[in-house]
Amino acid sequence: MKRQNRVLINGRVIDPLSGVDEIREIYIRDGRIAAGHSSGEEIIDLAGKWVVPGLIDMHVHLREPGEEYKETIASGCRAAAAGGFTAVACMPNTHPVNDNAITTRFIVSRAAGCAARVWPIGAISTGLAGEKLAEMGEMKREGAVAVSDDGRPVVNSQLMRRAMEYAASHTLPVISHSEDLALSRGGCMNEGALSTRMGLQGIPAAAEAVMVEREILLAELTGARVHIAHVSTCQSVALLRLAKEQGLAVTGESAPHYFTLTEDAVRGYNTNAKMSPPLRSEADREAIIAALADGVLDVIATDHAPHSILEKENEFASAANGITGLETSLPLTLRLVRSGALSVKRMVELMSCNPAQILGVPGGSLAVGEVADITVIDPDVRWTFRAAESFSKGKNSPFDGVEMEGRAVMTFLEGERVSSGDIE
Amino acid sequence: MNAGKEETLKQKSYSFSHHSIFGIEQLSAEDIRHILATAASFREIAARPVKKVPTLRGKTVINLFFEPSTRTRTSFEIAAKRMSADTFNINASTSSTSKGETLIDTTRNLQAMAPDIIIVRHSAAGVPELLGRHVRASIINAGDGAHEHPSQALLDMMTVMENKGHIDGLKIAIIGDISHSRVAISDFIGFTRMGAKISVAAPQTYLPTGVEQFGVDVCSSVADAVKDADVVITLRIQLERQNDSLIPSLREYSRFYGINSEILKGAKDDVIVMHPGPVNRGVELNPDVADGRRSVILDQVANGVAVRMALLYLVHGGKRKKKVQGEQP
Repeated sequence: MKRQNRVLINGRVIDPLSGVDEIREIYIRDGRIAAGHSSGEEIIDLAGKWVVPGLIDMHVHLREPGEEYKETIASGCRAAAAGGFTAVACMPNTHPVNDNAITTRFIVSRAAGCAARVWPIGAISTGLAGEKLAEMGEMKREGAVAVSDDGRPVVNSQLMRRAMEYAASHTLPVISHSEDLALSRGGCMNEGALSTRMGLQGIPAAAEAVMVEREILLAELTGARVHIAHVSTCQSVALLRLAKEQGLAVTGESAPHYFTLTEDAVRGYNTNAKMSPPLRSEADREAIIAALADGVLDVIATDHAPHSILEKENEFASAANGITGLETSLPLTLRLVRSGALSVKRMVELMSCNPAQILGVPGGSLAVGEVADITVIDPDVRWTFRAAESFSKGKNSPFDGVEMEGRAVMTFLEGERVSSGDIE
Repeated sequence: MNAGKEETLKQKSYSFSHHSIFGIEQLSAEDIRHILATAASFREIAARPVKKVPTLRGKTVINLFFEPSTRTRTSFEIAAKRMSADTFNINASTSSTSKGETLIDTTRNLQAMAPDIIIVRHSAAGVPELLGRHVRASIINAGDGAHEHPSQALLDMMTVMENKGHIDGLKIAIIGDISHSRVAISDFIGFTRMGAKISVAAPQTYLPTGVEQFGVDVCSSVADAVKDADVVITLRIQLERQNDSLIPSLREYSRFYGINSEILKGAKDDVIVMHPGPVNRGVELNPDVADGRRSVILDQVANGVAVRMALLYLVHGGKRKKKVQGEQP
């Protein structure tokens, strides 16, 4: 099949891996980045826009198979494209759980032709039950790029040790949902003065850090590549900092809500501010931002977790955890760029280069010969996020009605233009 | 006492403006004084041969209880009946509303029957506010999780007011399981707002994180907390929480934190002892105190009816047009 060749002109190209940050052309030939003009190319003028390697969200829940009323692979990919993502990695807590090659293959087949690439993450343990290793090798053969029991921790330390060792044999990174369930049990928001005032049982910050430290010690023991999902506390950041100073192969991510909001968002029993781990204190929020800037945290990932009102219009304590994130991640991160907390280059590393490198997937680079997955950002456009108009089936966002500045205006997937957002 | 004079001066410009009562948190000192004064005026109705006034005739009051309760529900029911309202009790089980859809559905169904006031108790904090967003009726919180129990705090304040003549400047000791107590939270907010000093004593497992935010003095022993106290409030130890490793045994708890006549010797001579009930005799409160001359526990029960009459009267009188979620303007 003959692909449309293109040249993107006048855009500010930010490509950290090539050390490029300048206004220049990007040539696309046969779905890849090319060195120069091709015949019959379409010219796209991107004056005033940023051109970056396609953004990758390495932590989303697409709910298919099993909970298609919350999200499908297709609707999640549309939300991803609208948010500027050319690829997402989806967690295995579907029904059935993605703990076997057949389910992995199903996800890959459903993702064909969607608006973004989908990289499945397989389960660590069968049924996420924390008892027996899932068939990681077979899942990898069908396209799994990492393993995780996300949504719950692997409680048994011996099983986690074995999982790390076995995953390392298949060169799969292990993504840890770090939570000490005995400490967090019954809790539904950050433990502190506000949880007491609201009469809600709190989850102490230590419930996360205790487990982060276990994962670091096991990473040291096994030599495995371990990635800590959704870091929310300053203690976890401090532990990761020490681990990196030791040279361990440990990486970490945080989500836009942890660097944008604090537990205050829960006031009024707002279930759209309920997630696991919970929103924390202002000191934690600041520590997350600092860690994203200085390299202790490697990735911004959304933990996109669509739910319907059945799970959210509910008593706070029994409402489901999680919020959508794909369409708000980039504009919320751009706030950090505008405030000077992050450089543009660092933002691209956090949202594209590093996730590609950690998962070992194509993308994250605009070097000649690389796959032409590209995101175009208008950094200045002002708009208001409306959950009701979201491309995701999930409308559970604490950012509904929030004014934003900057967004993705188009993405290219293997050189094909897949989305121009909804602002044209 | 010139508090009374102040009261009448203030009342000229004061009007009670709460459509619903979700917690003490929303009430100003002025609101609390007004509720207590109103309740005091209703107190004598209980002494009449015909214990009924026509104030809420034709009004529908629903007791929506998702948690078992005999005392509070009965107290609200008696209060409503003494005001001539029509009352209905709905004992919903929380399990049948494990999905919020059903909780909201239940409430919308009730709303369709056009009640004027819904009294709600639920094991989850925030449910009264959640319901308040979906119904036009006034909501009165009869206890939500570990959040608030405003009518209990009001009857506690009324009982102190009755016995001491004022609340301002009193030392009030609160002893027991504070971390799971909506009564403690509502008492903290209410009594401090009225100018009392509160000291608390409990093992740390019974103290919630950030208890200092309420401006209470956390004491290291019951003796310290009770010293020179005007009022001692003991809280119920939840026997069903014994498996949570919060205390080693009831025996040890009662030895270090139980209130008996000996420990009360450190308090003021005219100290009064209160308890939200039901009392675990011999655990948090020794029988010699629970049934002794200092105990005003039964006054609390009597005042409970008066306070709840006042709340029903005031939210009804304070009713204004209220927009409901999803309703066309």
